[in-house]
Amino acid sequence: MDTLAHASPVEHGPSLGQRLAARGFDAVTLLVVPAAIFSLLLFVYPFAFGFVLSFEPKAGGDWLANYRRFFSDAFLYDTIANTLWLAIPVTLVNLLLAIPIAFRVRLMRNQRLLTTILVLPITLGTVLVAEGLLNYLGPQGWFNRTLMTFGLISQPLKLVHNYWGVFASLVITGFPFTFLLTLSYVTGIDPALEQAAATLGASAWQRFRHVYLPLLMPGLAITFCLSFVQAFSVFPSAVLLGEPAGSTRVISIAAAQAAFEEYDYSMGSAIAMIMGFVQLAIVVAVLASRGLFYRGPASGAKG
Amino acid sequence: MTIALSQFDEVRLDRVSRDFGALNALRDVSLSIRRGEFIALLGPSGCGKSTTLNCIAGLLPVTGGAIWLDKNRVDTLRPEERGFGMVFQNYALFPHLNVRQNIGFGLKMRGRPKAEIDRKVDEALSLVRLQGQENKLPGQLSGGQQQRVAIARAIVIEPPLVLMDEPLSNLDAKLRLEMRAEIRRIHNELGATTIYVTHDQDEALSLADRIVVLRDGVVRQVGSPKELYEAPAHFDVADFMGFRNKLKGKVVGIEGNRAILDVEGARISGVARERVSVGSTAYAAIRSDDLEVGEAGPNAIAATVDTIEYRGREFVGTAHSAGGLDFVFRSHVPVELGARVHLRTEDERILVFAEPVQGRQ
Repeated sequence: MDTLAHASPVEHGPSLGQRLAARGFDAVTLLVVPAAIFSLLLFVYPFAFGFVLSFEPKAGGDWLANYRRFFSDAFLYDTIANTLWLAIPVTLVNLLLAIPIAFRVRLMRNQRLLTTILVLPITLGTVLVAEGLLNYLGPQGWFNRTLMTFGLISQPLKLVHNYWGVFASLVITGFPFTFLLTLSYVTGIDPALEQAAATLGASAWQRFRHVYLPLLMPGLAITFCLSFVQAFSVFPSAVLLGEPAGSTRVISIAAAQAAFEEYDYSMGSAIAMIMGFVQLAIVVAVLASRGLFYRGPASGAKG
Repeated sequence: MTIALSQFDEVRLDRVSRDFGALNALRDVSLSIRRGEFIALLGPSGCGKSTTLNCIAGLLPVTGGAIWLDKNRVDTLRPEERGFGMVFQNYALFPHLNVRQNIGFGLKMRGRPKAEIDRKVDEALSLVRLQGQENKLPGQLSGGQQQRVAIARAIVIEPPLVLMDEPLSNLDAKLRLEMRAEIRRIHNELGATTIYVTHDQDEALSLADRIVVLRDGVVRQVGSPKELYEAPAHFDVADFMGFRNKLKGKVVGIEGNRAILDVEGARISGVARERVSVGSTAYAAIRSDDLEVGEAGPNAIAATVDTIEYRGREFVGTAHSAGGLDFVFRSHVPVELGARVHLRTEDERILVFAEPVQGRQ
C-alpha cells in the first residue's frame, strides 16, 4: 500500500474523502455540527464573555482588581468555605446513603417503580421542595408538632433558616440523582463475582470490601463529582431555607448580589469564574485519585 | 503436593427440591457421591443441572430435602460456610486482582498467613501450569488461561467438593478438548471429588465416572458412561445420548427381550428397554453410526437420500422415508443424492422404547 502510494501518488493515492474516512471523519460526522453550534452559543460564548468581563472592573483599576477585592474581603471569600461546608458533606451523605440502598434495590424485582418514586423530587424542582420543607420542618410544622405531642421535645427545633434546612433540602433533591448513578454502577458488576467470592469463603462484608468496593470506586468517584457540582451551585434553597446573610451565604448568592443588586456584572463574572475554578479543582482532584484504582471492565471474562 | 483436599466419605442429596414460584426446577433429586468420584450432571438446558449445582454450592436455597456431607447437614449453611470450590461458566475471575491474588483470594479471606498463601498459590499455579503469568490481570489472559486460574482458585482452598458449571462452554473446540484432559488430570492428581455440569454428552462420557441425566428437574438415569451409552433407560435419555434416528411404529410382536415393530410397513426388531405391549405405539432408536446402507430385508427401511457429506473415512448422509421419517446414516461408499436406498442395522443395535408421556413425568 505504502510503496504503491509512493510510486504514483497522484493517480493512485486514496482520495481526500477516503483518507478522512480512515481517520473516522465521513458524512455522518457532520451530525455533530448542530450540537457543536449549540454548545458554542450557549456555553463557550457566554463563558468566554464572562471570563473577559471579569477582567474589566466596573470601578476601574487594573485587570485583577475584582479578584483582589474578592480575596481581601472576608464577606466574599468566606462564601467559598460556606459552600464547600455544605456541598461536600451533602455529597458524602448522599453517596453513603445511596450505596447500601443500591445494593438492596439491585436484588428487587420492582426496581422501576422504586426508581420512579425516587426521581420525583428531581422533577419537582428545588423551589417546591424548599416550600414544602419550610412548612414541614418549620416551628409550627408537622415535624416539630409531632415531636412535641409525643413529649420528645419541649421547644420546637430550629430546622429551617439555618444550615440544616439547606442541608436537608440538598439531600432530598440530590439523593435521587446520586442514587440512580450509583445503582447503575452497582448493577454493572457481574453478580457471579460475588457468588464466586462467597464460595471462596468471603463473608458479606469481605465481599463488599474486596470485590464490590474496588470495582465501584471509579464509578463512585464520578458520582461524587457530578453530585458535588450539583450541590455546589446551590442557590434557591440556600436563600429560602437558609440564612443567606450568614452561615449559608454561598458563593452563588455572592455572585447574584454582585450582579443584580450592585449591578456590577464584572464582579459577578469574577465570582462565577472563582466558583468554576473551585469546582474544577475538586473534580480534578477526585478524578485524579481514580488512577489509584482498577479501572477496567467490571466483569471478569472476555466472552 | 501439599494441596490436600479435605477428606470425607460421601455427599448425599436427599430428595432435594427447588421451586421458583410455581415452577419446580428440581424435584426430589436424590444422589450419593463417594469420595474421589467424578460425577457429570448431564441434560438439555433448563433441565435443572445448574440449579442442582447452585443448591449444592449454597448459591440457591433448596425448598425441600437436605444435603449431607457425611453426618453434617450442609444445605442450611451459607455458601461461605460450606467451603466447596466452584468453577463458573464465565470464570467469574476478579477483574481487579492479578492471577496470584485471584488464586489466593479464598486463603486470604480465611486469614491464612502470607507465607502459607504464597506457597499454596505457587503449587496451584504449577498444577494448572500457569507459572510466569501470576502478575497478569484476568483481562490479559486467553480464555483457556482464565479457565485455569478459575480452577486453581477453586482447588487451592482444599475443598471437599469441586463444583464445575459448564466450565468449557466458552472455549473454542480445540481448547475444549485440551482443557477436558486437563480437568481430568487435575482431578486425578488431587484425588478430588468433582461434580461437573454439562450439556455436552461427549464431555460427560469422556470425563465422568458416573453420569446423572436430568430432565425437567428429575433424575432420569444414573450410570457409568458405558451403561448410559449402550443402554439408555428412557427414550429421552437415548435421544440425548446420540440416538438420532427415532422410528415411530406399532408393536406387532414380542419375543423375549425383543420387540418387533411395524414401521411404515417394514419389520424392525430391537431390544425393548421399556415395557411395551402388542398394539401400542413405540419408538425404535438407532445411532446414526449404526444405520448403514444395505440390502432390503429384515430391519431395513426404504428411504430417499437428501444430503451426503464426506467425513474422511466415511460418508454421513440424511434421508427421509415415504412416510416422512428422517434418518441420519453412514456409508462407506458414496451415495447419489436422491437415490433410493435401504437403511438397515442389527437387532442388538436397535433399542425400543415406549412412547414418552407428554410433558412432565
